[in-house]
Amino acid sequence: MTAVSEVELSRRGLLAGSAATAIVVAAPASDAAPLPQAPAPTSLPVSFEVNGKRRELSLDPRTTLLDALREHLQLTGTKKGCDHGQCGACTVMVDGVRINSCLTLAVMHQGDKITTIEGLGTPDKLHPMQAAFIKHDGYQCGYCTPGQICSAVAVLDEIKRGVPSHVQDDLTAKPRATNVEMRERMSGNICRCGAYSNIADAMADVAGENA
Amino acid sequence: MKFDTPATTNPIDRMTVVGRAHSRIDGPLKTTGGAAYAYEHPAEVADPAYGYVVGAGIAKGRIRSMNLDEAKAAPGVIAIVTAADAGKMGKGKFNTAKLIGGPDIDHYHQAIALVVAETFEQARAAAGLIRVDYTRSKGQFDLAAVADTAPLKGGEPGKPPEYRVGDFEQAFAAAPVKLDQRYTTPDHTHAMMEPFASIAAWNGDALTLWTSNQMVDWTRTDLATTLGIPKDKITLLSPYVGGGFGGKLFLRSDAVLAVLGARAAKRAVKVALQRPLMANNTTHRPATRQRIRIGATPDGTITAIAHESSSGDLPNGGPEAAVLQTQLLYAGANRLTAMRLAVLDLPEGNAMRAPGEAPGLMALEVAMDEMAETLKMDPIAFRVKNDTQVDPKTPTRRFSQRQLVRCLEEGAQRFGWSRRNATPAQVRDGRWLVGMGVASAFRNHMNMTSGARVRLGRDGVVTVETDMTDIGTGSYTIIAQTAAEMMGVPVDSVVVKLGSSAFPVSAGSGGQFGAANATAGVYAACVKLRQALATRLGYDPADLALADGKITSGGRSTSLEQAAAAGDLSAEDKIEFGDLDKTWQLSTFGAHFVEVGVDVYTGATRLRRMLAVCAAGRIINPTSARSQVIGAMTMGVGSALMEELAVDKRFGLFINHDLASYEVPVHADIPHQEVVFLDEVDDKANPMKAKGVGELGLCGVGAAVANAMYNATGVRLRDYPLTLDKHFERLPAVA
Repeated sequence: MTAVSEVELSRRGLLAGSAATAIVVAAPASDAAPLPQAPAPTSLPVSFEVNGKRRELSLDPRTTLLDALREHLQLTGTKKGCDHGQCGACTVMVDGVRINSCLTLAVMHQGDKITTIEGLGTPDKLHPMQAAFIKHDGYQCGYCTPGQICSAVAVLDEIKRGVPSHVQDDLTAKPRATNVEMRERMSGNICRCGAYSNIADAMADVAGENA
Repeated sequence: MKFDTPATTNPIDRMTVVGRAHSRIDGPLKTTGGAAYAYEHPAEVADPAYGYVVGAGIAKGRIRSMNLDEAKAAPGVIAIVTAADAGKMGKGKFNTAKLIGGPDIDHYHQAIALVVAETFEQARAAAGLIRVDYTRSKGQFDLAAVADTAPLKGGEPGKPPEYRVGDFEQAFAAAPVKLDQRYTTPDHTHAMMEPFASIAAWNGDALTLWTSNQMVDWTRTDLATTLGIPKDKITLLSPYVGGGFGGKLFLRSDAVLAVLGARAAKRAVKVALQRPLMANNTTHRPATRQRIRIGATPDGTITAIAHESSSGDLPNGGPEAAVLQTQLLYAGANRLTAMRLAVLDLPEGNAMRAPGEAPGLMALEVAMDEMAETLKMDPIAFRVKNDTQVDPKTPTRRFSQRQLVRCLEEGAQRFGWSRRNATPAQVRDGRWLVGMGVASAFRNHMNMTSGARVRLGRDGVVTVETDMTDIGTGSYTIIAQTAAEMMGVPVDSVVVKLGSSAFPVSAGSGGQFGAANATAGVYAACVKLRQALATRLGYDPADLALADGKITSGGRSTSLEQAAAAGDLSAEDKIEFGDLDKTWQLSTFGAHFVEVGVDVYTGATRLRRMLAVCAAGRIINPTSARSQVIGAMTMGVGSALMEELAVDKRFGLFINHDLASYEVPVHADIPHQEVVFLDEVDDKANPMKAKGVGELGLCGVGAAVANAMYNATGVRLRDYPLTLDKHFERLPAVA
């Protein structure tokens, strides 16, 4: 093994550790009296519309839109898979555009209109995309599913609006809801159970109805 | 119910509900956000505190000191839990490394503290203020350095470390045609979408734990052992699990820390293991270094076959059993399998979907492809030639069912295998080099005791309760189908309740043993409920028919509502097994077919078509079974082309420990996938006559991709993942 000096270790350890919040620095154990409790940070008010309902919150400004939905509004249909914008499980629509709700702070959304999986449909009144996911078994464990469905709804809308993508042969042509086109646009939503082939079928079904 | 003689005709054979495609009964909840996973119980836990996990910043050594002062004084902090103040902790039967580190550290990102605060944001900020001073010890992190000298280790306790039939060395030396090749597979992480997550709530000395877990009773037992809590004081709930793949078979640190945190904070505490900690904090599929030798006569008859594999784990861990399928998959009079187990100071290795077979077949099925080419045989013909209907070591012991040849031949026909050009690098489609590959799929079926309780209510509704879990496998639905078939009611008259330790202990979810055993347990309970009904009605239990909501016997008939009018009827039983699995070899088989394109300019590989043909006993629900197989095929593509936990050998950790840098297949990577189930009923397996498919679907996929790539390019790759840098320099000329 390559020899590594302790100095290099500490510097490297700090980098590695900071991703996981463990800080590796030499610090003597303290026998001093406990430090006084620091005051809580200031909360900020924010109001936005979620699934057609006006919501007013007072939040720690560090609160993500995802945690505002899940922990403050109890809308737990939107999922936290990674909290780093890597998996897409937290996908919601803000003013009609899909975003990763873990990568945006709630207080940035004053006055916005937010649609979550709960706002698309209910077990008694399913959105066509929700019904298509059930029909084509476009899910297994179900954890990425709300994000997949929100993304799928938004993707068909993006194609309809003519938003171009990387896999189009002609960027100026109107995109079509082909298998390759939809798969490209859905690739920010990971499904580790591997329901992709069925999700593609579900989306094709809905896109066909719309066409 | 003891299952010790082959099943005869039973109500399941009617197949009015079982065996028919049925959409998931949990679908409306899962697609609308209503299914509540472990971290999502605001109705039951009104005001939880939030825990944030701190992982060790070294792979091996000791914590010299931890300074918690600043963190404790941070806004909102209620408590900080470390090993120093957790009291004496035991270790669960299923854990190799202890779940809470300190002062000794066993692996990188081993949990060393939980910060509990009023909010998630406060807990996260305070966790960053903990200062840890470590003494780092030297560790061994390099499997290649120790693989060949590591001690032999058998797959099972008490078995000799080498498995031998005949005289391999002599037969291999004498064989006119030989293969001797080495293959490597890297460490893999489960990367299930739902993080490990738990909510713990104490009520006096009683504990309720919501946790995302595949095995309710194992985990409840190990939690009791770890924390010294009486098991009967623990209620464990795992009704929805956002993926597991073997990673959630065991008690993990999120659960232990949530329980300790809730005790310290005197509040319910919720903990989700942060994604960047998951790969190193939890278990993974260990890397392997494999050697395969095959000797054959010129007509393709295997005379000698050896499969050896080395892997590593923490002290007292186990090997990745990559050689076991080679004991049973092909004929051959002289055989050797052996495993070496090195001690590594990387995180704990353990089961990931199809443990053993997944990496083992990634090597064996490439070796079979190479050997077929050397023999100038079609790879399917070579496999068919060496099919065996008996355990090669004990020829009196037959497979209960073995349709491998039919899987291969039917798949070949459906896939258009005859169009494959046996000479590599001959087929072009524009910029794409196109190739086809095949591999056998094989995995054993396991019997597990499994219990259930079934109740017929006065409204005619049948309620099933079992601690079985549904990790995306479709348990809710197939259990409802089983109860509906047995009680003669429609599926929507069945309510299925899963994942609670208050319910009878089931097989749980793992090892592709869940579906067949859990439904067999429900079958057993339903048989008892049918008998209870007969007794109440004075019907002859030997002559009962339940259909269309009615129970009929000897010309008499009563509706189930009427039968239950005098009060709910309830029955509990479990399926237990005799030794049919010793008399017979119970296994599942399949064949994977893959067509790839390799970009002649960039070397990038794209999947074009995939087909799996499976023979796995009765398929209880073709919809969810097919999904299990396509999901496994997708994971197989990942293991072939992209998945690799990269070992940082200086610091002893998997460095790509998140979903950005550990690459898994995404939508764009996966084409349309076809799955065919052959008709099969296995009366030696259980009364359902079913076996598993969830892992079979993964077995061999990686090799089929590798073989297709070779057929496309003429460049043979033996070190997974098969990334473009490994063949780019050797690809055929562009022009």
